[in-house]
Amino acid sequence: MTTGNGNAAAQKSVLLEVRGLKKYFPIRRGLLQKTVGEVRAVDDVTFFLNRGETLSLVGESGCGKTTTSRCILRAIEPTAGQVLLADNGAVLDVATVPRTKLRSLRRQMQMIFQDPFSSLNPRMTLLDIVGEPLLVHGEGNAQARTDRVVELLRLVGLRPETMRRYPHAFSGGQRQRIGIARALALNPRLVVADEPVSALDVSVQAQILNLLLDLQERLGLTYLFVAHDLSVVKHISERVAVMYIGRIVETAPTEALFTSPKHPYTEALLSAVPKPDPRLRSERIILEGEVADPAHAPPGCHFHPRCRYAQAVCREKSPLQQEIAPNHFVSCHRAAELSLRGVARFGSRS
Amino acid sequence: MPNAPQPLLSVRNLKTRFFQDEGTTKAVDGASFDVFPGRTLGIVGESGCGKSVTAQSILRIVDRPGRIVAGEIVLTRVDGSQTDLVKLKANSREMRSIRGGDIGLVFQEPMTSFSPVHTVGAQLIEAVRLHNDVGRKEARRRGIEALQSVGIPQPERRIDEYAFELSGGLRQRAMLAVALSCAPRLLIADEPTTALDVTTQAQILDLLRKTQQERGMAIMLITHNLGVVAEMADDVVVMYLGRVVEQGRVDDIFHDPKHPYTKALLQSIPSIDSVPRAKLPAISGSIPHPFNRPSGCAFHPRCAAFMPGRCDTAEPLPVAVGEGRKASCFLYP
Repeated sequence: MTTGNGNAAAQKSVLLEVRGLKKYFPIRRGLLQKTVGEVRAVDDVTFFLNRGETLSLVGESGCGKTTTSRCILRAIEPTAGQVLLADNGAVLDVATVPRTKLRSLRRQMQMIFQDPFSSLNPRMTLLDIVGEPLLVHGEGNAQARTDRVVELLRLVGLRPETMRRYPHAFSGGQRQRIGIARALALNPRLVVADEPVSALDVSVQAQILNLLLDLQERLGLTYLFVAHDLSVVKHISERVAVMYIGRIVETAPTEALFTSPKHPYTEALLSAVPKPDPRLRSERIILEGEVADPAHAPPGCHFHPRCRYAQAVCREKSPLQQEIAPNHFVSCHRAAELSLRGVARFGSRS
Repeated sequence: MPNAPQPLLSVRNLKTRFFQDEGTTKAVDGASFDVFPGRTLGIVGESGCGKSVTAQSILRIVDRPGRIVAGEIVLTRVDGSQTDLVKLKANSREMRSIRGGDIGLVFQEPMTSFSPVHTVGAQLIEAVRLHNDVGRKEARRRGIEALQSVGIPQPERRIDEYAFELSGGLRQRAMLAVALSCAPRLLIADEPTTALDVTTQAQILDLLRKTQQERGMAIMLITHNLGVVAEMADDVVVMYLGRVVEQGRVDDIFHDPKHPYTKALLQSIPSIDSVPRAKLPAISGSIPHPFNRPSGCAFHPRCAAFMPGRCDTAEPLPVAVGEGRKASCFLYP
């Protein structure tokens, strides 16, 4: 699998394209619930996703990564923008298709949730949980559905004999496997995974990451991976998009983003990750202050109040996205002149 | 750095059990380690390894039906005398003055550890007055000072706010202010940054390090994040299902791990400087439920170096595997 294809050449194999996606939440006050402002949770987000690749959306809590993923699935209604999904030669705009058509669309887009404890109904057996999407979409008869569940459980590394048991009998890692089996029941093309390993123990995280990589290879899945843990993101993705207060500030192939970041926020994020090696206690870039409230985002570049390279222009004008290297997009006024620090190219772990 | 001759806190063969209807859980099963002044001890382990119960045992705040059934927790006091915390009554005057006085505590979830109906200041002032003989006004002044020392902007205003009005990072700073307000000699931090974003985590870790340098206090840092341990700790204790499987200096643990569990754990974590999209050597299986604790060495069903007839029949004891380090494994006779 290649790491990031050429932009124009890859155009044909684009599975999902998000254009100018916006989601504003109104802030209502008072007795009459008058709208007094809005939270720009997702503010003009544009990216594409090729067939069979993994794109990760990373950022701190409140940056809009989860909201973006929900808008793509249309679990919430976007305020503006397009979510174009390639569907057997045609292109459908998920953001505007009539609600009646959504169900058939959702066959192609499924989700893996963060919390394997609250995302499984404790009163349903594995057979019911994994078989539910099949039932909802009217697939086959009871026997055919059971056969499919058996197949799915094997696929994710669970023993089919356990399918009459309830979720409480399974560990966190096994439950996450159940969630993955459910997401795969309808043979989706796009799988949105929102923090799929962050609730798991470290020794189990690796198993689930390996499983996700494995399934992608075998089934040709396309992943949109939402995560805050950069080590995990580096491990699973081909391309990474970094979000800050509702906007994508940098998109690049994984290796390029980690070794030569072009946005000061990416640099700070990378430097903040504690490295599992006591000999690498490095001089960290400590970001001052906190992520601004998306209801009162700073003018100009949203990141300027915390940016150590900020100049007058950053306070006034919003930076436009530029392609600074092939397939490496960044929104920063000073991207071309800055030389930022990434992480070492290869593992220093022996 | 040479070790101070005398540990500040010495835990010996600590056993804490939970007596439930379904059976007895050996949450901590014979843990021994030392905490030295001015140094940071990292306690690493996954869920169910007993790292939090160890902290609760030291502070004598183990919830029922849990009970310390054996062991010693010896604290060296300011005057040089030694107190075995296990022998004290959990609600005795002396234990109450140690808890929050000699030993400060920071929890993982700052939202649930603050009272939602009292201001941050009220809780901070309460802590100050509990351990110091000062008036309300003086306590408030010290409270504001404490908030300032942990880098909370506008402490005069923040002191009258409620916990829900603060962001996650500020809340954790406020929590730290409460813990530091009585100048503890040992700070126990139980997953202090787990609920925070990486940039905020970096701020809090930096703050912990600076505070330690200024005050020379000992820190016991409990976490599952190996990156945080590598970054912060001087000494490391690795726990698995209630047992200490390995302990030593941080550099030894990360660069020359001895116990198969430590080795496997270090290999299985995705690292920010690893090659993208490479398969990780995962540890097979999952952590057993405490009621189904495997016989012998509890790690043997998942261990790559499992020796049938040995590891599943007897429990390995900690043995010296180098200078200042121990491992509990039959690989080391």
